[in-house]
Amino acid sequence: MEAINKHEGKVYPLNRTNVDTDQIIPKQFLKRIERSGFGQFLFFHWRFDDEGMKRADFSLNQPEYDGASILLAGENFGCGSSREHAPWALLDYGFRVIIAPSFADIFYNNALKNGILPIALEEEQVQQWMEQAEQKHFTLAVHLENQEITAPDGSVVSFDIPAHQKDKLLHGLDDIALTLTYQDQIEAYERRMQG
Amino acid sequence: MGKPETLFSKVWKKHVVHGEEGKPNLLYIDLHLVHEVTSPQAFEGLRMNNRKVRRPDRTFATVDHNVPTRNRDVIKDKIAKKQMETLKANCAENDIPLADMHHPDQGIVHVIGPELGLTQPGKTIVCGDSHTSTHGAFGALAFGIGTSEVEHVLATQTLWQDCPKTMNVKVEGELGAGVTAKDLILAIIGKFGVRFGTGYVLEYTGEAIRKLSMEERMTVCNMSIEAGARAGMISPDETTISYLKGRRHVPVGADFDELAQEWLALATDEGAVFDATVTIDAATVEPQVTWGTNPSMCVPVNSTTPALADTSYPEDVQRALDYMGLEESQAITSIEIDHVFIGSCTNSRLGDLRKAAAIVRGKQVNPGVRAIVVPGSFLVKMKAEEEGLDQIFTQAGFEWRDAGCSMCLAMNDDVVPAGGRCASTSNRNFEGRQGNGARTHLVSPEMAAAAAIAGHFVDVRTYAGNVLQEG
Ligand code: SF4
Repeated sequence: MEAINKHEGKVYPLNRTNVDTDQIIPKQFLKRIERSGFGQFLFFHWRFDDEGMKRADFSLNQPEYDGASILLAGENFGCGSSREHAPWALLDYGFRVIIAPSFADIFYNNALKNGILPIALEEEQVQQWMEQAEQKHFTLAVHLENQEITAPDGSVVSFDIPAHQKDKLLHGLDDIALTLTYQDQIEAYERRMQG
Repeated sequence: MGKPETLFSKVWKKHVVHGEEGKPNLLYIDLHLVHEVTSPQAFEGLRMNNRKVRRPDRTFATVDHNVPTRNRDVIKDKIAKKQMETLKANCAENDIPLADMHHPDQGIVHVIGPELGLTQPGKTIVCGDSHTSTHGAFGALAFGIGTSEVEHVLATQTLWQDCPKTMNVKVEGELGAGVTAKDLILAIIGKFGVRFGTGYVLEYTGEAIRKLSMEERMTVCNMSIEAGARAGMISPDETTISYLKGRRHVPVGADFDELAQEWLALATDEGAVFDATVTIDAATVEPQVTWGTNPSMCVPVNSTTPALADTSYPEDVQRALDYMGLEESQAITSIEIDHVFIGSCTNSRLGDLRKAAAIVRGKQVNPGVRAIVVPGSFLVKMKAEEEGLDQIFTQAGFEWRDAGCSMCLAMNDDVVPAGGRCASTSNRNFEGRQGNGARTHLVSPEMAAAAAIAGHFVDVRTYAGNVLQEG
C-alpha cells in the first residue's frame, strides 16, 4: 500500500447522504479476480446511462472535476456491502482522501487498508466546503502527520485518526507482516485453547 | 460471582491474543467462512507474499453469490465462471473444505454455517460479507470483513479489532399474530435509522426475542448491518441448544452436554451494563413494507409513503420516491408489483418457506407477476421438497429454484428489469440492487407471498384471514 502524508488536491463534492457501496461499485463488476482496474466502474450507474454514455447531469462527469483527488460526501458514506472493491474503485479513479461527517464501519477500515485517508468532520464544516466546491475550483491541503487540513483561505481544521492507523498510513505498512511478529502469541493461544 | 458481564464481553475476552488498553486487540478467529466474490484477491495476495493458510481446518468455503439457480451446468457468464473456478482452485491448493456448486452442503454462506452446526455460541466468526452478523443469533461474535482482512485471517487466523461499544436493543412485549421477525427488524431500523448501530455491537433482548425460533433470530441479527452495526447478538438459551443438538459439526453425547452448559453460561448476566439501550414495544409492530431506497424507509402496510412536508430530509425522500416511481402520501396497498422474490440469507430458511407456502396454498399468482422461490441451501430445498412445499409453490405459479443469493443482488441471471417492481424478502433496497433501475420493496415472506397473489401489497393479517388461524 502506498504511504500518504501530505496531500493537496482538487475537491469533488458529492452532496448525498448514505452513499452505499452498491452505488460506489455496482455488483456486475465484482466478478473480476484482480485488484486493479476498478476506477472505470466507479459510481457507474450515476456516471453512465443505459447506452454507456456519460450522463451530463452527474457532476463528476463535468470537466472541472477532472483529476479531483479529494472526495467530499454526506453522512454515512460507504454503508452497505463489505466489498473492498469500493475503495479499490475510488483509489483507482484517483481519490486519496475522503471527507464526510461519518463513515460506515467496514468501509472506513477497508479504505485505510488501501491507503485512502477517510476523515470524519463536523457536518457544518463539510457542508461549507461542499458549497464552495460546488461553485468553483476548490482545493484542500491535507497533512496527516499534523492531522490538519488547510483551506485556500488559510484556515486550518484539525481531524482525528486512531494513532495506529495513522502510523500505518504514514509508512504504508502491511498489516499481515506486522501481525506475524505476534506468531508466538498466536501459537500460545492455540495451545491454551487446544484448538 | 464477579461483576455481571454482557455476552459480548465474555466472548471478546476469551479471544484476545494480544491487547493493550485503548488500542486495537488482536482477536483469534474460530471460524472463517469464504465465498467466491470477496476472496480471489486475498488468495492472490497470499501467493504474492509466499504465505500459507494458517488453519484450513477453521476455514469453510462455498459458492453462493454467482451461482445460477437453474441449469447449473451452463454458466454463460465467463467472468463469473472464472471466479467460481478460482475459488475451487484456491481451496484445493490450500486444503480448504469447499461446498461447491453441486455439493449437497452448498448454499448461502449464512444459511449453511448454522445448518451444518459450524456456527456455535461463543465463537468468533468472520466472512468477507456484511451479513455475517446473521450468526450472532447463536451468541457468536460474527461480523463482516473486507478482502484485505480476509487475507489477514487466512494468513494469521486473527484480526485487529477496536473494542466496539455495546447496545441493548430491548424488545418488550409480544409480536402480534401475522407479524414476523422481519417486520420487527424493519420496524427497529425504521424507528432508529440506518446509523444507530454504528460503532456498536447490538444485543437483542426481551420477551419477544426469547420467543423467536432460531431461524427468526437469524432474520433479526442478519439485518443488524442495515442499522450500521457490525454485529448483532442474542444470548444463547434452550432454543439455541435444541437447534444445535445433532448438527453435523456439533459434538455429541457427554461432550455436547458439557458444551451446552458452557454455552448457556455465556448469556448476558443479570445487571450487566450496556453502553446504550434502546427500547421498542413488539405489540406496536405491524407488517412493514419499505417504500424507499434504504431499509429505514419503511412503514406499516396500512399507511402511506411520507408526505414531503412532514420529513426532515425532503430532498432524500424526494430522490427516493422518484427512483421508486411513487408519489408522496401514496397508500402502500395501492402499489402494484410485477416481481416477487422469496429468498436471501434473511428469509430463505425452511420456516420462511413454510409460512409463505401456507399463504399461497391453493391460490394463483397474479397474472402480471413473476414470482420465484430460491431456497437458502440445498438442504433447505431438499427438506422443503420432502414436505411438498415445492408443489404448493409451483402449482400456484411460482418458479422453484436451486440455492443461492440469486435476486437478492442479481449477480447471476435472476434480475429485475429496469422499472420493474419487486416484493422481496431480502435485506437491501438500494438503487439498482436487484438490477439496474429495479425497484425493491423489502417485506416478510408472508407479505411477499400475499403480494404475489394479490398483485399489490396487502395486509397479510386480514388477507386470507383463514390462513392465520390455521397457524
Ligand atoms: S443473500 Fe444477499 S445479502 Fe445474503 S449473502 Fe447473498 S447477496 Fe449477500
